Parts: sequence; C-alpha cells; structure tokens
Amino acid sequence: MRALLLSILFLLLVCSSVVALNIPQPTGYVNDTAGVISQTVKLKLEQFLRDFEKSDSTQITILTIPTLDGEVLEDYSLKVFDSWKIGQKDKDNGALLLIAKAEKKIRIEVGYGLEGRLTDLLSGRIIDNEISPKFKQGDFDGGIVAGIAGIAEAVRGEYTGTGKTNSRKKKSSPFGLIFLFFFLGPLLSRLTGRRSSRSRRSGIFYGGPFMGGGGGFGGGGGFSGGGGGGGGGGASGGW
Amino acid sequence: MNIRTLLILICSVLFLSSCGYNSIQKNEEAVFSAWGDIEATYQRRADLIPNLVSTVKGYAAHEKETLTEVVNARAKVGQTNISADKLGDPAAMQQFQQAQGALSGALSRLLVVVERYPDLKANQNFLDLQHQLEGTENRINVARQRYNATVKTFNTSIRTFPNNLTNNFLLNLERKEAFKADAGAATAPKVTF
Repeated sequence: MRALLLSILFLLLVCSSVVALNIPQPTGYVNDTAGVISQTVKLKLEQFLRDFEKSDSTQITILTIPTLDGEVLEDYSLKVFDSWKIGQKDKDNGALLLIAKAEKKIRIEVGYGLEGRLTDLLSGRIIDNEISPKFKQGDFDGGIVAGIAGIAEAVRGEYTGTGKTNSRKKKSSPFGLIFLFFFLGPLLSRLTGRRSSRSRRSGIFYGGPFMGGGGGFGGGGGFSGGGGGGGGGGASGGW
Repeated sequence: MNIRTLLILICSVLFLSSCGYNSIQKNEEAVFSAWGDIEATYQRRADLIPNLVSTVKGYAAHEKETLTEVVNARAKVGQTNISADKLGDPAAMQQFQQAQGALSGALSRLLVVVERYPDLKANQNFLDLQHQLEGTENRINVARQRYNATVKTFNTSIRTFPNNLTNNFLLNLERKEAFKADAGAATAPKVTF
C-alpha cells in the first residue's frame, strides 16, 4: 500500500516536471543557454546592459534557449518575465529578448512601464528589420547586438525603425554608428578615461548616448530582477 | 461604559477581519481591476480595426465581404459592454464573449484572405498593423488568464468557511463569471486555396 502511494507520488512528481519547460535562473543580463553568442560579445553585452541599468534604471535581459519543447512562445516568455521580475518595482521598466533556436523564433517581451515607448510596432520592426535578417545569415552575434541596440534606443525614444518600403536602404549608416558606440565606446573610454576626465565628459565619441556610467570591466554584480511586471506587450517573429 | 463599547467595537473588527470581510472585498476589487484590463485590451483591438480595414481596402478592395464582416463585428462589439456590477451575470458574459469571439473570427478570416496579396503583405503599414494586432491578441490572452485567476480566488473566498457566512449575512456578493474557451477555438480555421 505504502509502496503504491509512494510510486503514485513519484509519478505525479515526474509528470509535473515534464509538463512545464523549466525556467532557468538568470545568471546575468545575458543568459545564453542555447550557446549562440560568442564569449566576447556576451561580455560586452553584459557590461552594456549593466551600465544601461545604472544610467536609465531600465532592465534589458537576453535569454536564448535551445528549444521551446512544444510550449507556446508568448506564454513561456511571459513566464520567464514574471519569474525574473525584470524591471524596477513600480516602474515595470523591463524588456526581455527571447530566442528559441530550434523553432527559429524571436520574441521581445515588454514590461508595462515601457509599453509606451517600446511599442508592439517598434518591437516588431526591431525583430523584422534588425534581428531577423542577421539571423538568417547565421549571424547571431550581430543580430542580438543590433536588436539590443534597437531596444535600448527605442526605450529612450530614439529608435523609429527604418521603413522597408518607404525609404531607400540606408542600413549601414545608423548601425555602423551603433556598432562604433557599442564596441569602441567602452574600449576608448577605458583607454583614455583614466588619463583625462575631460575628454570622457565631452562624450559623444565615447559612446555618450549609450554608456551612462562608463566604468571599468568585470566589476559589479550580476542581474537581479527589480520586481517589474508585464502584461504580454511586445512582438514575436522568426527567422 | 465607554470602555466596554470600545472593547466590543474592537472585538467585532477583529471578528470581521478573521471572517474574511476584508479579504472578500479585496478579492472583489482585484476582479474589477482585472476586468478593467480586459476591457482596455479589447478596446485597443477595436481601435486598431479602422486603420487595418482602410489599409487592406487599398490593396484588396474586392474582398468586400470579409471587410464588411470585420466592420460589422466591430460595431457589435462596441455595443456589448458589461459594467463591473454585472460580472456575475452569465448571460451578459456570454453575450460579451460571443461578440468578441465573432470579431476574432472575422479578423482571422481577413488575415487568411490577405495571404493572397503579396503587395499588401510587403506594405510597411500593414506589417506594423499586423504586429500591433498580434500584440493585442496576446495581451487579451494574458488579461483573460489573469482575470480568470482573480475570479477563481474571489469565488473560492466567498464559498469557503467561514467567509461564506460573512458573505451570506453581510455582503451578499455573487459569484463572478470566468471566461470560457471560445466556442470556435476547438476547431481550427479552414484554409482553402
């Protein structure tokens, strides 16, 4: 009798753990469980996102998963969002970039507080115009960096998205700049920052628009959710 | 004398709070606020439709039937609103759900029709609208799930002991209706070429 009960209990436990795709604990801003981001880019993104939270208090996180395991993209992404509590409490200013590798699906999940700026429309454009084309070429690093740059700009009200049909293709001009800010910015400020504080203040070449705090490398703690919430805002796409 | 009345007052306050008087009210307010979110998300969808219809019209003017269907369904949705005090009324709820379901159906048929117009599908305006529509549908989904969760909490709280006594003798609040799965949701939409 007892053995039967125990086995039933065991079965129940096994079943319940099989049904739901587990939600990983965040190890930082960048959680690459699918292993698609290269190490250097990952470190850069981590630093950028940490600085971004310092300066804007907005929390942007990345999660890549190998497979959705049959779960609905939108449901899973909201579950992750809720369990990580991305964004500051009362501000709900969080965003999550979720990538499911096997299903080739992308989702940007947006907290309540950012819905006004990072609208569904802009999230959709970021996926369609920035992330998806790069992913199609197999360039995960580039796609994620462009996507995060787009999100960061949108959150600050700077991203409008390049309309596909109504403008000539001017892809390289804004994003070349972003790459420059993104990768050279912290490098330059690290090289020159210690010597002259004046040049750092003059800003713009050293990643002024992005690097709020500047600062060194490797320091600071990992990501911890601020208690924000969301209600299903954002957009989905694929590649 | 005065002290005694005070004591009775304090006792009754304690008694009431232990009987769920406050928690029932709190739970009902949670239902109301979740309902507010539902209305907001449905409104958001209804607001998108004129823009969507006019965009599609520009490319697929002779899909008149599908378009009028959407417009009519939207008009009907505008007429069926439930005020918060009628959330316990199953008939009103069913009507509301039916109207919104009809609009969902009309919209999904429209999106199927659109597949035949590559020019429209490449139109930036349409792509944007599609993202907004998808986002809104997702929000509706989330709002419905959350509303149902609050309804469940509320209904449980007025039915369990001793809260049920408090509710029967003092509050007289009725059960709230949850959203049921859409009637058409079980059958996948037909796609014919």
